[in-house]
Amino acid sequence: MTDLQTAPPVSPRQSMSLTGATLPRLAPVLAAVIAAGVGALAAVIGGVGWVAAAFVAWLVLVVGLPLWSSAVEGGRKARDRVATLLVWSAFGLAMIPLVSLVWTVLSKGIGILSGQFLTYSMRGVLGEGGGIYHAIMGTLVITALATVISVPIGVLTAVYLVEYGKSSTLARVITFLVDVMTGIPSIVAGLFAYALFALFFGPGVRMGLGGAVALSVLMVPIVVRATEEMLKLVPDELREAAYALGVPKWRTITKVVLPTAVSGIVTGVTLAVARVAGETAPLLIIAGLTTSTNLDPFSDRMATLPVFIFYSITEPGLYVDEMTDYAWGAALVLVAIVMLLNVVARVVGGLFAPKTGR
Amino acid sequence: MSVTQPPVVDREESTGRFGDLVFAGISRGSAILIMLALAGVAVFLLQQGLPALGHHGDSTYGKDSIWGFVWPLLFGTLLASVIAMLVAAPLAIGVALIISHYAPRPIAKVMGWLIDLLAAIPSVVYGLWGIQFLALNMVPVYQWLEDHAGWIPFFEGPVPNSGRTMFTAGLVLAVMALPIITAICREVFAQTPKMHQEAALALGATRWEMIRLAVFPYARSGMVSAVLLGLGRALGETMAVAMVLAPTLLVSFNLITAEKGSSTIAANIALNFGNASGSKIETLIFSGLVLFVITFAVNFLGRAIAARGRKG
Repeated sequence: MTDLQTAPPVSPRQSMSLTGATLPRLAPVLAAVIAAGVGALAAVIGGVGWVAAAFVAWLVLVVGLPLWSSAVEGGRKARDRVATLLVWSAFGLAMIPLVSLVWTVLSKGIGILSGQFLTYSMRGVLGEGGGIYHAIMGTLVITALATVISVPIGVLTAVYLVEYGKSSTLARVITFLVDVMTGIPSIVAGLFAYALFALFFGPGVRMGLGGAVALSVLMVPIVVRATEEMLKLVPDELREAAYALGVPKWRTITKVVLPTAVSGIVTGVTLAVARVAGETAPLLIIAGLTTSTNLDPFSDRMATLPVFIFYSITEPGLYVDEMTDYAWGAALVLVAIVMLLNVVARVVGGLFAPKTGR
Repeated sequence: MSVTQPPVVDREESTGRFGDLVFAGISRGSAILIMLALAGVAVFLLQQGLPALGHHGDSTYGKDSIWGFVWPLLFGTLLASVIAMLVAAPLAIGVALIISHYAPRPIAKVMGWLIDLLAAIPSVVYGLWGIQFLALNMVPVYQWLEDHAGWIPFFEGPVPNSGRTMFTAGLVLAVMALPIITAICREVFAQTPKMHQEAALALGATRWEMIRLAVFPYARSGMVSAVLLGLGRALGETMAVAMVLAPTLLVSFNLITAEKGSSTIAANIALNFGNASGSKIETLIFSGLVLFVITFAVNFLGRAIAARGRKG
């Protein structure tokens, strides 16, 4: 016992250690446990709420561990520990809303889901009953139309930029404009579609096709970007081999370059579809909302999931509780669709990973 | 070995040429179509929006001039976005650092994947969560702020029971922008040359010193452009704000009140477009034009900084 107490003052002189003093490996865990204990104590004795208690615990940890560290290890190590703690705190703080979002959507949406909810429309429904079939179909129709419009334009533009344009002035202008398009606020795309269709069909026009056009404005730049990246990954040797065999350029592109890049392009397109399927603002303006199922995008209002969610919350009418439940159910369905598309995109991208290696 | 004959143009080759012409024409055509579409966006918005310059009175929702209408909304848009960036940027950089440098490899990979998925969640769902969950849970915090910091103009109150305030809107925007900023920052951090990092560590730097000396200087322009792109997203974001905030036309720094707070351009369009007609539509389209110009400027700045960083 006396040995242990007298040893430390002597040792620095006698033996020059190559390593500095360090806290034990479990020091952060120990500090966290102590901090949690202090927090719990504050909650029990001080009677503060659990949020405040967590804050107290966090404060004890962020101040305490570095102080301990600076006493044993010195200032630089202590600063490193402060940084590590702060970075992890930022991470934890950021995860709270994200986890809470996913959890709220799941827990509130799952209760309303049923066969009826998915296969009935809201036509003539007040309060109980009805479903979101009309909105699901509207979202599918409008998104499919937008895909049909934007994929050919987007892919061909990317082909032009990579294969034909190279560094011509036109190609540079187009690249710049595609950049501009990625930044168009979604509501502005909706205003554009409205202004365009109002020219032909008069003011107050509402139709599904307009929604598809607005979504295309948002979708084309994403498709162009993704395809461009993929086409650039196709090795030049493949093109040169095709040219050497006397294959004309357009056959080279359609038979060699595009098939090589197809998995990446499909991934990019699927991600773009997932992105626009959840767009609300343009559809709010040009597609509107209706309670019955409308499968004809060329006439009349068309309900979509995002717009349905929006109006269920902002204008629920008399049946606030029911409409709120419906909104959560629709949100869960919408998130499920988007997530499914994302997973599909990743699986496709992983299965046919770009064949650029040799 | 003899005199080379001029090549005979055979049938197949000429078909190839023709196909080439057609295909090149189609692809160039679709590229030009994009140009026309964008020109179309500009022309239609100008044509429908510019008449609003002369509007006043009823068609500008009771304001003296179009600027009296646009300015409060512009102010609200900027305020909400700035709050969002102040909250989101440090957190996003923290999360990106965790994924690129702190967490063990396999966990980091899964987390990166999750963050990408979160970036894909539709904004209307964020709005729904904001109004039904976040706003209600923020009320005690606002109450505390009003009681203890009410002398600061930001926290004057009165606090609404619904919690639907400018600060809530900013928080929702922050949560939305977080995955986007994180994704870009993560990529930039991961691209830092391994040699720089290992050199710093070999000289005895702690992990934090390594990040400060090797990673941050390399990633600075990438981080700035990530925040600017996130800001561009937040500025144009409509639904989340439209669901949280009531439409007002006030210039107010008061962050925790409903009636005396500001609103944003995009949200105002979404909330008023359904009931608008005639000259009011022109007014709303003009405000959309202003929003377009601002987001364009922010995005352009972000890309310019990113491009400069790539060269340097």
